Amino acid sequence: MKLGLLVNEGPFTHQASDTAYQFAKAAVSTGHQVLRVFFYFDGVNNANKLSEPQSDDRNLVKMWGELASEHDIDLVVCVAAGLRRGLKEEILADGFRISGLGQMVELGMAADRTIVFGD
Amino acid sequence: MRTLNLVNKSPFEKNCLESCVRLAKSDASVLLIEDGVYAVLDKSAKSFLIKNHQQHLSFYVLIDDLDSRGLTNMAMIDGVKKLNYGGFVDLVVNHDVVHSWL
Amino acid sequence: MSEENLFNTKGVKKNFMFVCNKAPYGTIYALETLEMIMISAAFEQHAVIAFIDDGVFQIKKGQNTKSSGMKNFSPTFGVIAMEKEDADEDDDIDMIWRIVVEKESLEARGLSSDDLVLKTEILSTAELSDLMAKQEVILTA
Repeated sequence: MKLGLLVNEGPFTHQASDTAYQFAKAAVSTGHQVLRVFFYFDGVNNANKLSEPQSDDRNLVKMWGELASEHDIDLVVCVAAGLRRGLKEEILADGFRISGLGQMVELGMAADRTIVFGD
Repeated sequence: MRTLNLVNKSPFEKNCLESCVRLAKSDASVLLIEDGVYAVLDKSAKSFLIKNHQQHLSFYVLIDDLDSRGLTNMAMIDGVKKLNYGGFVDLVVNHDVVHSWL
Repeated sequence: MSEENLFNTKGVKKNFMFVCNKAPYGTIYALETLEMIMISAAFEQHAVIAFIDDGVFQIKKGQNTKSSGMKNFSPTFGVIAMEKEDADEDDDIDMIWRIVVEKESLEARGLSSDDLVLKTEILSTAELSDLMAKQEVILTA
């Protein structure tokens, strides 16, 4: 099945990004396709390459980039939500790209199931 | 259309589960994840939210989130099924639409 | 920045529902959900914009943000209403939009349709439940 994910919250402050990541990982490991993960609201902060978690903790920014690269997942950060929060090209982590909110609507149209992770 | 409802907040913190059971159609499923797992504790002041709706809604809870919160061995409401992320994916596939109650 | 549409969505027409359940201004969810609703019009998908729980406060009349310094986005709901009217009147646009409010949420908060900044359908809990069950993509924040 083709799956689309919307992540509304940034890393660490809420569990949303962790849950979305674990879900995406389980989905691809059972043969499903995660077409795109769209990061909106504070979710754009999952794409901040300056994130430096403690050494004994998970690094969500890197984890998303690696999962995307391994399984051909399109990680999209909303340009407008990003600008509000200072998430711009110059600090964009590997594996992410910045694009318009229309990409979320398009994802809803293209995916068999759309799942929202948030607060 | 069969809906999979996701609830991720404790019923003591927010009214998401309350709104979910109020509006969910018969035969839908509800999966408790993240802080939502506290709703499955038996004999809590909020147990009624699940118990009063088990006739027409199927309830599930994510094991990983129960474990993180030290709830693995606590008494759970009868009839709530435990599953892992693989089961979560299966639920999504076996329903027509997912509704997250945020 | 890439604007290309990577997926083949030609001819796809789905029933989207945007669930607005949070009060305005205390958090940004109301505003950014509204921005998502506005963008969706360009894709000519069917949409139900549903106001439930504290979301009914988003469309309350008389919002005055001058002293708080926040952006008053309630006038944008007027644009949503216009999009809906255009879609209803234009036979060439195959896009059904509904703006609905849950009666119980409204009444629990001491509000009536007279307090709202745009014309909406007031649905009972049972009617809204039926409508929710017909949606194919449900977006909440």
